Amino acid sequence: MRLICPVCGERDRREFYYMGDAVALQRPEPDAGAAEWDDYVHLRENPAGVTRDLWQHEAGCAAWIVVRRNTVTHEVLESVLATDLKGASA
Amino acid sequence: MRFSGLRILKEGLTGNKGWSPHWRDPEPKAEYDAIVIGGGGHGLSTAYYLAKNHGMTNIAVLEKGYIGGGNVGRNTTIVRANYFLNGNSEFYSHSLKLWEGLEEDLNYNVMHSQRGLINLFHSDGQRDAFVRRGNAMVNQGDDAVLLDTAGVRKILPYLDFDNTRFPIYGGLLHPRGGTARHDAVAWGFARGADMRGVDIIQNCEVTGIDIENGAVTGVQTTRGAIKSKKIGLTVAGRSGQLAAMAGMRLPIESHVLQAFVTEGLKPVIDHVISFGMGHFYISQSDKGGLVFGGDLDFYASYASRGNLPMKEHVMEAGMTLMPMIGEAKVLRSWGGIMDMTPDGSPIIDKSPVEGLYLNCGWCYGGFKAVPGSGSVFSHLMATGRHHSEATGFRLDRFRTGVGIIDEEGTGSQHNLH
Amino acid sequence: MRVNGKGLIDRSRPVSFTFDGTRLQGFAGDTVASALLANDIRLMARSFKYHRPRGVLSAGSEEPNALITVKRGSDAEPNVRATVQEIYEGLEVRSQNAWPSLGFDALGVNDLAAPFFSAGFYYKTFMWPRAFWERVYEPLIRRAAGLGGVSGTASAAEYEKAFAFCDLLVIGAGPAGLMAALEAGRAGVDVILADEDVQAGGRLLSETHGVEGLSGSDWAARAIAELASMENVRIMARTTVTGAYDQSTFGALERVSQHHAPSKDAPRACFWRIVAKRSILAAGALERPVAFQNNDRPGIMTASAVRSYLNRWGVAPGRNVVVFGNNDDAHRTAHDLRAAGVHVAALVDSRPDARVTGDFPVFTGAQVCGSTGRQGLEAVTIRTQSGTEKIATECLAMSGGWNPSVHLTCHMNGRPEWRDDIASFVPKGGAIPGMVTAGACNGAFSTHGALAEGQAAAMETLEALGKKGAKSDLPDAEDTPYRMSPLWAVGGTGRAWLDFQNDVTVKDVKQAAKENFRSVEHMKRYTTQGMATDQGKNSNVNALAILADVTGRGIPETGTTTFRPPYSPVPIAAMGAGAQGKGFAPERLTTSHHSTVKRKAPMIEAGMWYRPSYFPVPGESHWRQSCDREVNMVRDTVGVCDVSTLGKIDVQGPDAAAFLDFVYTNTFSTLKPGRVRYGLMLREDGTVMDDGTTARLSDTHYVMTTTTAAAGAVMRHLEFVHQCLRPELDVSMISVTEQWAQFAVAGPKSRELLNGLLDMLIDNDSFPFMACGPVSVGGVDARLFRISFSGEHAYEIAVPARYGASLFEALNEKAAALGGGPYGMEALNVLRIEKGFITHAEIHGRVTAFDIGMERMISAKKDCIGQTMAARPGLLGAEREQLVGLKPIGAVKQLTAGAHLFDPENPATREHSEGYVTSVGFSPTMGVFLGMGFLKNGRARHGQTVKLVDHMRGIETLCEVHGPVLHDPEGGKTRG
Repeated sequence: MRLICPVCGERDRREFYYMGDAVALQRPEPDAGAAEWDDYVHLRENPAGVTRDLWQHEAGCAAWIVVRRNTVTHEVLESVLATDLKGASA
Repeated sequence: MRFSGLRILKEGLTGNKGWSPHWRDPEPKAEYDAIVIGGGGHGLSTAYYLAKNHGMTNIAVLEKGYIGGGNVGRNTTIVRANYFLNGNSEFYSHSLKLWEGLEEDLNYNVMHSQRGLINLFHSDGQRDAFVRRGNAMVNQGDDAVLLDTAGVRKILPYLDFDNTRFPIYGGLLHPRGGTARHDAVAWGFARGADMRGVDIIQNCEVTGIDIENGAVTGVQTTRGAIKSKKIGLTVAGRSGQLAAMAGMRLPIESHVLQAFVTEGLKPVIDHVISFGMGHFYISQSDKGGLVFGGDLDFYASYASRGNLPMKEHVMEAGMTLMPMIGEAKVLRSWGGIMDMTPDGSPIIDKSPVEGLYLNCGWCYGGFKAVPGSGSVFSHLMATGRHHSEATGFRLDRFRTGVGIIDEEGTGSQHNLH
Repeated sequence: MRVNGKGLIDRSRPVSFTFDGTRLQGFAGDTVASALLANDIRLMARSFKYHRPRGVLSAGSEEPNALITVKRGSDAEPNVRATVQEIYEGLEVRSQNAWPSLGFDALGVNDLAAPFFSAGFYYKTFMWPRAFWERVYEPLIRRAAGLGGVSGTASAAEYEKAFAFCDLLVIGAGPAGLMAALEAGRAGVDVILADEDVQAGGRLLSETHGVEGLSGSDWAARAIAELASMENVRIMARTTVTGAYDQSTFGALERVSQHHAPSKDAPRACFWRIVAKRSILAAGALERPVAFQNNDRPGIMTASAVRSYLNRWGVAPGRNVVVFGNNDDAHRTAHDLRAAGVHVAALVDSRPDARVTGDFPVFTGAQVCGSTGRQGLEAVTIRTQSGTEKIATECLAMSGGWNPSVHLTCHMNGRPEWRDDIASFVPKGGAIPGMVTAGACNGAFSTHGALAEGQAAAMETLEALGKKGAKSDLPDAEDTPYRMSPLWAVGGTGRAWLDFQNDVTVKDVKQAAKENFRSVEHMKRYTTQGMATDQGKNSNVNALAILADVTGRGIPETGTTTFRPPYSPVPIAAMGAGAQGKGFAPERLTTSHHSTVKRKAPMIEAGMWYRPSYFPVPGESHWRQSCDREVNMVRDTVGVCDVSTLGKIDVQGPDAAAFLDFVYTNTFSTLKPGRVRYGLMLREDGTVMDDGTTARLSDTHYVMTTTTAAAGAVMRHLEFVHQCLRPELDVSMISVTEQWAQFAVAGPKSRELLNGLLDMLIDNDSFPFMACGPVSVGGVDARLFRISFSGEHAYEIAVPARYGASLFEALNEKAAALGGGPYGMEALNVLRIEKGFITHAEIHGRVTAFDIGMERMISAKKDCIGQTMAARPGLLGAEREQLVGLKPIGAVKQLTAGAHLFDPENPATREHSEGYVTSVGFSPTMGVFLGMGFLKNGRARHGQTVKLVDHMRGIETLCEVHGPVLHDPEGGKTRG
C-alpha cells in the first residue's frame, strides 16, 4: 500500500502512522457534554466505502495528513495536510 | 445421526452411502421467536444455546453467504483463558470450560487440543506484568505456571536463546490453552442447532431492520421480510453496517488482521507460542502447517486482505524468535475483518432499541470466545438479563468510563490496540 | 529415458547428484524431475493421506506430487518441487513423507483403509475418551501428516530483501510477456520482466512449432538478447511474482543461488517489493488432469508435461506412451513423441468428432477409465463404444484442457469470469488497478494470439503511461484454434483423484455435497480439496465442475474459492530476511555505552535502548550486592547515571507556553524561565499517557523530557495536537533525544562533584531545586537541571552528544574521588521506589490522575487534552485502585511484583482481589523490602494490613499499607 504525502510525494505505507477517522480533527469544546464527547472519542461511522482518515508521515516529514480512501478497495483518492484543512475551516 | 467410530466403520463397509446433511437448508418462515443475524461462530453458538439452554427452537440464523465464512473460518485457532481484568477473566474462563466439553456436547470432533500456550516475556517489567496475569488466572480458578529461561528452553528448545534481539527472560505457561479446528466449530454448532430445530438460512442477507415505536419487529432480507421481536446481531466485521440499519453508531472500527499458513511439515512445534515483543504467535496444525499471525495492518478496512509491511513484520518476528522455521514456506495468507472497540474488549449488551441485542467488538480475539459468547448471549436474549459471567461487556462503559476493560493498557481510544 | 537429438540440455556437461543416497547422472539444464525420469525413476514421492506412490504430474512450479527435500541438516529445504529444482554437481535430494523407504512405506496401509478415511471422517470420531485426543489420536495424526520436515535448528543460509521501482512490470516471459516487454522496451519505458523459469520462453521452450522461422527457444533467446541490450529493461529470471498488493505493489521471490552449490557470495533467495506504475500479466496457463479411476499412478502426467520433458529436456517419460485428452492440443504430444521415435501406444480422445491423424492407434469418443501398476504405471484401460481394452504403457499423457493462470488477478478480491468456449475462468478486467492481462492467462492459447495480446497490452500500457509506442510487425507464429469439449471425470466406481497431494477424490466431493457442504468454500474446507501446496492449481476447476454437477448448478453459479497470495510458496526466511538474531529491531546505544560495557555492567534492553543493570566491583558476586552498594552510594555520597534515553523534545515559539498548557494537565505558561516543572500528560480518553519534567529555557523555548518508553508516542502526540487541533499556535517541536547526552548526578556530594567540573561554580542560590540554565563544562556549552529522581540533592547535566562519552568519564573520575561512582537501573529503581516516584510500571496505561493521587494537577483554569474524559464518573472514586506503598509485616519478608492484594480474611480469588503490586525493591536504606501497588480505596487505607498472594512464586505475606513516599517525605534532601 502506498499513500501520498502532500509534502514528500508517494511513499510506502510503512513510513506512515495510522490514527483513524478524521473526526479526530473536530475536538468538541470542554463543556460540550458527555454525548458529544462520547461521539468524538468512541462512536464511529466506520463506512464500508469512502472514508477520511488521519495518518502521520512519521518516518518522513512528520506531517499529519487527511487521506480520502476506500476501505473496501483500498483505493487512495486524495491527501490533504491537516493544517490546510484546519486553516480552511478556521 | 450420531457420529462415532462405529458409524464410520459401518459406512465405510457399505460405500459411505448413508451419510446425511449436517444441517438442513430450509426456506425462511414468515416469523420466528428469535432471529440471530450472522452465521459465524458466535451466531451459530448463540442459536445452539438458545435451543439447548433456553428451549427456544423456533429461531433462525440468517447468513448472507455460507456459514462459518467469516472470522471463525479465518483465524489462527487459538483457544485460551489467560486474561487478567475483571469482565474478561470470568468470561473466558467460562468459555474454556465449555470448550472442554464441546465434543461430547456437540457429538462433533472440533479437535480441541489443549497442548499448552506459552506467552514469552523479555524484561523484568514484562515478567511482573505476566506474573500479575498468571495470578489473576489462578485467582479465577484457571491454570498458569511461571517459567524462567531454563524452563522455557526445556519445552521450546528451538527458540533463539542466545543471539536474539530481545532475550527470553521466561514465559507464562497456560497448560489448558491450545487450539481447535476452526471450521469444525462452526459446523458442529450448526449441526447441533439444526438438530434442535433451528433454521439455518444461508445466502440470506439482511438489508434492513424493522423498528416500530422503539422496538424491533423484524428484518428485511434478500429472501423477503421475516418477523421477530427478538433479534441478535453477531456479525463481526460488519457490526457497524448492521447497527446503522437500526439507526445506531457503535464504538467500533473495522480493521484487517492477517494470518498465514505454511506448507505441511512433520511435527516440530507442539505448543502455542506467543511472542508479544514481535506481535507474533504460532502453532502447528494437525495437518502439519505452521499457523501464525501478527498485528493489525493498522488502517480501517473491509477488504479481507492485507499488505506487505505487516506480512514482512510477522515473518521477521518469526525469524528472530525461532529461526529454525526459515525454510518453511508460506503457502497462503488471508485477512479477516476485525470489529475493533476502543478498549479492545467486546460488547454483549442490549441496544437502545428494544428487542435488539448486540454481540460485537471481539477485536482479534473472538474465536476462543465462541462457546462462551453463545452461551451468555443466548442467556441475555432469552431472559433479558446479563449472564453472571458476562456482566462486564456493557455498551455504556465508554461513555461513563465505568468498567473499561483495557488489557493492553494502550487506552480506551480507537486504533491504539 | 533420454531421447537422442532432443532437448535444450547441455549434453557436454554431465552433472551427478544423489536421490535417496543413490548417485545419478543428468546434464546441465536438467531439473531433478527430468533427470530422475531420464534415469527411469518414476516413483518420487508419497501422497499426503493415503501415502500412495506418486511421480510427477507436471513439469512446473504447480507440481503437487514430486516434493522433495534438498540438502540436509539445518540447511535442508523441505517441500521443494522436483520440477523446479535444477540439478548441480553434488546436489543431495531425498524423498519425504515415506518410512522406512519410498518403495516400502508403512503408512501405505492407509490406502487399504481408505473407505474409513472418507471426507471429513475425523470430525465424526476420535472423541472418546476425551483425554485421548491430546495423548493418542492427535500425536498419531500429526505423525502421519506433514510432508517434509525442518531440522529444528537455524539454517545458516542467507536471504535478502530489496525494493525495485519501474514503469512497467511484465509478469511472465512467454511469447505474450516477451512481446509486451519488447514493445515497451523499444518505447523507452522502464521495464522489469520477471519470470519464474530459468530461461525466457514459457511454453515456447517445450513446443516444436517455431516463431518467425526460428525454433521457439531461439526466438525467445533473440528477444531476451534484445531486451538485455536495453538500458531501460531489467530481466529477472528465476523470479516468481508471488502477490499483487495495493497501489501496484508486487511481492516477488528471486531464487538467487538455489541452482548451484551453496556459496558465501550470494543469498539463497531474495524477496523483492516491486512498485510498478503499470503491470502486464502474461502468466500463461496450466493444463488440467482428468479424473478417472487410479489416475494418480507414477507415470501418469499432463500431456504438456510430457511434451516439456521430451522437447525441453530430451526425456521420454516412458518407452511407450498413451495420450488421452479432450482437446486438439493433446494431439501434439502424440505427434511430438512419434516424431522423436517414442512408441505411442494409443491416442484416446474423448470427443466422438475429434479429427486425428497419426501413425499410431487412435480411439475417438473413448476414455481412459482405469490404470494398473503398483509403483508405476503398467497399463491403462480404455473404454470405447465397443467395450474396454487394456493397453500396456509406462506413461499416460492426459489433458483435460487448459486453465488460464488467473491467480494474481484474484489477490485483490477480483473474481474470475467463466468462459464456456474454453470451459475455464479468465481474469476479470480491472481486478488489479493498472494491470492488463495478455496471452494464455487471458484465454488466448495460440502463439500468435499470445504475441498479439502481448503487443496490444504494451500499447494500452504505453498510452496509460503517456508514451507513444510504435507497433512492430508481429512475428509469424502458429494460430491453431483451441478446440475442446469439457471432460471432468470419467464414470466408474473406484477412486478418481482430483487433488493429488491431499488425496481428494471425486467420491469425496460427492459425499461432501451429500452432507450439505454444497458451497464451494464448504466443500473445500470439508474435503481439503485445493488446500495442498499447489493451492488447487491442478484441481480446483475440475472439483468445482463436479460439485456443480452433483448440486445441479452451473459452474459460474457455483463460484470459485479465492486465490490468495502467495502464488507459489515463499520461505519465511525470505520475507523475514534480515531479522534473524539482532536484526529484528534497531539497537540504540548511549554515548556512555562503551565505557559502561568496559566496566562490566550487564546491559539490559530498555525499549530499543541498552542500559546498564548495575556496575559490579571486585568482591561482588550477586546483583543485589552491587545494587545495595549503589543505592547507599547515592544516599551517602554521589552517583552518576546516564539518563540520555529519556525522550527530549525541544519546543519553541511564541505560543510554546500555550501549547504546553494544552498538552499538560498542569500549567507551564506560569513557569519562569530558568525553572523546571514536573508535568503530567493525559491521553484524550483521560488516562495517564506520560510524565516528566519540562524546563523553560526562555520565554519561547522549553525542553520537555518524556519517559524512555513513551518518547516516540509523545512526539507523535505533540505533532498531532499541534497540526490537527491547534494549528493556529505558533510553535515548533523536534525530538533532540539523540542530540544531547544527559547524566544524572545524584547524592549529597553532587554539587561538590559538579563544581569540580563546571567552568563557573554553582550554589543553592544560583541553582536552587528545580532550577535550570546554561553552564559551561570544560569549555563546552551545557545545560544543567536541578531535578531529582532519587530523592537526593541531584542534577542532570546535558551536553551535545559528541561530548557525552568524555563527560561520562570525567563525571565518574570526580565521583570516584568523592567516594561515589556510576549506578545502574537496579539502583535507580530502588531509589525511586523509596521516594515513591512512579514509572510505566505504575502508569501502565489504565491508571488515571486520580489513581496516582494527582487529580489536583488537572488545572480547572484551562482546557487540556484528556481533561473532559478524565472527569467521567468511572475514572474517579473510592472503587478505583489507588497508588499505595507497601511494607511486609508478616513472617515472610519478601514482596513480589505482580502479586495480588487481598483482605487478610478473604481467600485469594478473583472476586476478592483488591489490587496488585507494581514495583518492589529491597531498600538498603530501610533494611526492608518496599513495594508500590494499587489498592481499592487505597488512600483511605494507610496503616491497614493487606494480604499479598503470589501464586506464581508461591509467596504469601501480610503487608502494611502506607503512602508511596517513604524516603525523606518532607523533601529536605532534594532542596538541601
